[in-house]
Amino acid sequence: MIEGALDNGGKHMTATTEHARAHVSGHAASAARPAAQAHGQQHPIRVYLIVWVALFVLSTASYLVDYFDLHGLLRWFLIILFMWLKAGFIVAIFMHMAWERLALVFAILTPPGALAIFLGIMAVEGDYTKSDRQANFAPAAVETQSRAAAAETPMAQETAGKE
Amino acid sequence: MTIDIHPLPARGSVRAAPNALERPSGVKGVFADWGSDQRSFKTASWGKTMMWIFLVSDTFIFSCFLISYMTVRMSTTVEWPHPSEIFALEFNGRKIPLILIAIMTFDLITSSGTMAMAVNFGYAKNRRMAAFLMVVTAFFGATFVGMQAFEWTKLIHEGVRPWGNPFGAAQFGSCFFMITGFHGFHVSVGVLFLLFIARNVWRGDYDFPEKRGFFTGRKGRYEIIEIMGLYWHFVDLVWVFIFALFYLW
Repeated sequence: MIEGALDNGGKHMTATTEHARAHVSGHAASAARPAAQAHGQQHPIRVYLIVWVALFVLSTASYLVDYFDLHGLLRWFLIILFMWLKAGFIVAIFMHMAWERLALVFAILTPPGALAIFLGIMAVEGDYTKSDRQANFAPAAVETQSRAAAAETPMAQETAGKE
Repeated sequence: MTIDIHPLPARGSVRAAPNALERPSGVKGVFADWGSDQRSFKTASWGKTMMWIFLVSDTFIFSCFLISYMTVRMSTTVEWPHPSEIFALEFNGRKIPLILIAIMTFDLITSSGTMAMAVNFGYAKNRRMAAFLMVVTAFFGATFVGMQAFEWTKLIHEGVRPWGNPFGAAQFGSCFFMITGFHGFHVSVGVLFLLFIARNVWRGDYDFPEKRGFFTGRKGRYEIIEIMGLYWHFVDLVWVFIFALFYLW
């Protein structure tokens, strides 16, 4: 109840302490009901239906990427594109982010941005681990790699020599 | 908001006029101060805000799984198993790639749609319809978990283990079981949560003060459905990323 009264504070700047207390003191269910309704995230059903259909279409599209066995850059591009479009629709419309105040949107959506840095660090790490494994634990890979790199680096020549 | 706020005393004058704020002291004061009117999210209730903050922490958990999956997949020198073939099903003697995962995706999107409708009907005070749609959502969620159980059974029979599998890189199993298992657990919890709230909505717990009970929340407010919906849509959101990065990549 108290939230009901306070939530409206933003819109009804004339709300006084007494007004808020009336809500808090109970017996005010009927008074609070229209307030809650006015504040709630109620939007035309049409919007939901459009997004619903869009999600189906995008899912089908990303499934078709696999069905038609697309490869290379086109595959990654389409997968990532459809993924972010779907995620955007779900967060913006189904989770009502599009209608929230920017303070909340920033508070929720910016912290996960730190994950981009984490992602970058781990990509570098994964890449390094792979090259290390190829150099030391995968003989077949070492052969092809060292043959290619033999002319370029003295270190590769050394490794090839030890084999 | 024009709720009376006593003017703050000048810096350093607190000791001189201890009752200037007329607020409770001690532990009671701690709660009074934290529960005061100074809030950042002017239109979002605390319930909704807290669900969002929980979802942010959940985002980090799932991101850790997906990033570790990326790391082991990038770093292995053994070929990664092809999800397209592993998750194929045979219909009439014809193998359709990844079809089970596609069906699961559509199932979850359907449940997301019914959830969004339930929120809408809740705010429209049509509680029977809202409760019915929540039960439908829970049904699709349970179906999803059922298909996932089928998928796990199939893979375990084929010899996929967290420490190895007959198809390729050993890390495939641990990534698969951790990521889909954790997601499936979220869906399962969501189904229970949905059924529980649906029962309350159906009984009209949010309309009549005398029926308020355990975990019921506030009277006359159907925001709990929206909060429930946030969780459910998040589960769908995570699946979007798992579908793209684990199954399609």
